[in-house]
Amino acid sequence: MFTVFWSVLHRDLLLAMRRRTDVLTTLFFFVIVVSLFPLGVGTERAVLRVLGPGVVWVAALLASMLALERLFAADYEDGTLEQLLLTDQPLVLLTLAKVTAHWLLTGLPLVLIAPLVGMQYHLTDSSVAVMMLSLLLGTPVLSLIGAIGAALTLGLRGGGILLALLILPLYIPVLVYGAGAVTVGAASLGEAQPYLTLLAAFLVAALALAPLACAAALRISIE
Amino acid sequence: MNIMNIMNKMLEFLSQGGYGGYIWSAYGMTLALLVIETLGLRRDRRAVLARLQRLLRLRNAGDKQ
Amino acid sequence: MTKPWSRFAAPASFYPLAGRLIPVFWVLAAAFILIALYWGFFQTPDQLGGSNAQKDYYRIIFIHVGTAWMSMWLYAVLVAWAAVGLVFKTRLSFMMANAIAPTGAIFTFLALWTGAIWGRPSWGTYWDWDPRLTSELILFFLYIGYIALHSAIDDSRRADRAAALLAIVGLVMVPVIFWSINCPDPNQCAALHQRSGLGKVDGNILFAMLTMTLGLWMYSFATTLMRVRGIILTREAEAAWVQDLVRAQARGS
Repeated sequence: MFTVFWSVLHRDLLLAMRRRTDVLTTLFFFVIVVSLFPLGVGTERAVLRVLGPGVVWVAALLASMLALERLFAADYEDGTLEQLLLTDQPLVLLTLAKVTAHWLLTGLPLVLIAPLVGMQYHLTDSSVAVMMLSLLLGTPVLSLIGAIGAALTLGLRGGGILLALLILPLYIPVLVYGAGAVTVGAASLGEAQPYLTLLAAFLVAALALAPLACAAALRISIE
Repeated sequence: MNIMNIMNKMLEFLSQGGYGGYIWSAYGMTLALLVIETLGLRRDRRAVLARLQRLLRLRNAGDKQ
Repeated sequence: MTKPWSRFAAPASFYPLAGRLIPVFWVLAAAFILIALYWGFFQTPDQLGGSNAQKDYYRIIFIHVGTAWMSMWLYAVLVAWAAVGLVFKTRLSFMMANAIAPTGAIFTFLALWTGAIWGRPSWGTYWDWDPRLTSELILFFLYIGYIALHSAIDDSRRADRAAALLAIVGLVMVPVIFWSINCPDPNQCAALHQRSGLGKVDGNILFAMLTMTLGLWMYSFATTLMRVRGIILTREAEAAWVQDLVRAQARGS
């Protein structure tokens, strides 16, 4: 059963490696959004320190959402998705594999670039550590929830904007606790622990429920 | 005198202890939206029926030919 | 399939039934709302609460609470119809869900509007990120998302089912979203501007509030049924009974 998971994951990663710019686009979008804020609100350190956690998380939300539009799009256009649906393999595993590949390509880079962003906003070392942890726990949740929206808006004109409208409100809990963790993490790692626990709980719940909803959405969109 | 009395009562009611502006803009918006929704629904219904009748006439004309 | 409820699950028999019910709901709505307005403005004290009392402006409460309650209730009803539609594959259920959404969105907007206006005299600002109002704002986004997704899909079958699934996902997320807005710090929840408990409210105020909510509920029945009748006519335009109905209407006018 897990061979399905691995083969889809492997295929998606391989395809992405052939077109590396797609991965870099998301990453640079994130970096640009984060870099624009100090130009807009001023470069005073105290202000940036307060705004930093929220800005980084909102930028992560937007980056993750923009990348999601492409999650099923290519496979939908060339008919691969329809073939995958026709196989008797469990659709839940297929979607989980696709989301995992998507997260490895668009979510994980954000986690790795976080220290650089933390520097821009003069965040303390413990804040940066908490930011990496919270992004590590939170961005998969974003990908999982967003995949439902991507499946629902498959092949629609103006799908990208619509996807934003549907999905961004559902991102709120991750935003609240993700940014909250970074804010309280400025003092010490221990302070942020309840936030990170909550994010981990969200991740477990999303892993259990989102692929089911996403598979149902794919069946609705393709028939 | 009597009319003045009634006028004063009404003005007093409308002013709502000086907070009339807040209260009436809240109630006014509610009334406006509910009326707009109702009128919109009536207009939609007429439009749908008119469209269906046009379709029916077209079909009848087609049958006769 | 001869159970009594399934007879009315067919649009052809539901359409005339709804037509007969609409005037009843209009009368009930008007009656309840008028009673509530009379009671709210003439039978209630001029201020709310003891120390640090709310002055006359508290009378916004009657529509604010009414629209806020109805906006949340209608979302739950919408999701219930959507779920019934997905499980039993009944067309009428989806149509009901679609018909509820605009009324729900209007009530959500009204709850926000009245809440902002109430906030101005009592907190000194129109918008204070009060958790309850912020939750209402998110609910408004959910309604808009549902309506937008449904209208973006041309194939009505796919539109119905996709929007239904979105509504269900929304309802599952709603408790988590509301909770995260109320308690941004997991250790302790945000202090509300003023805590409210139904038990503490003056009886006359409570009566006007509940009557108004009832009136708005009847109003939503009326508008939903009107809208669902329009949807039925559009969707079933090719059905024989719709053609008969249109023919009869044409002769009548």
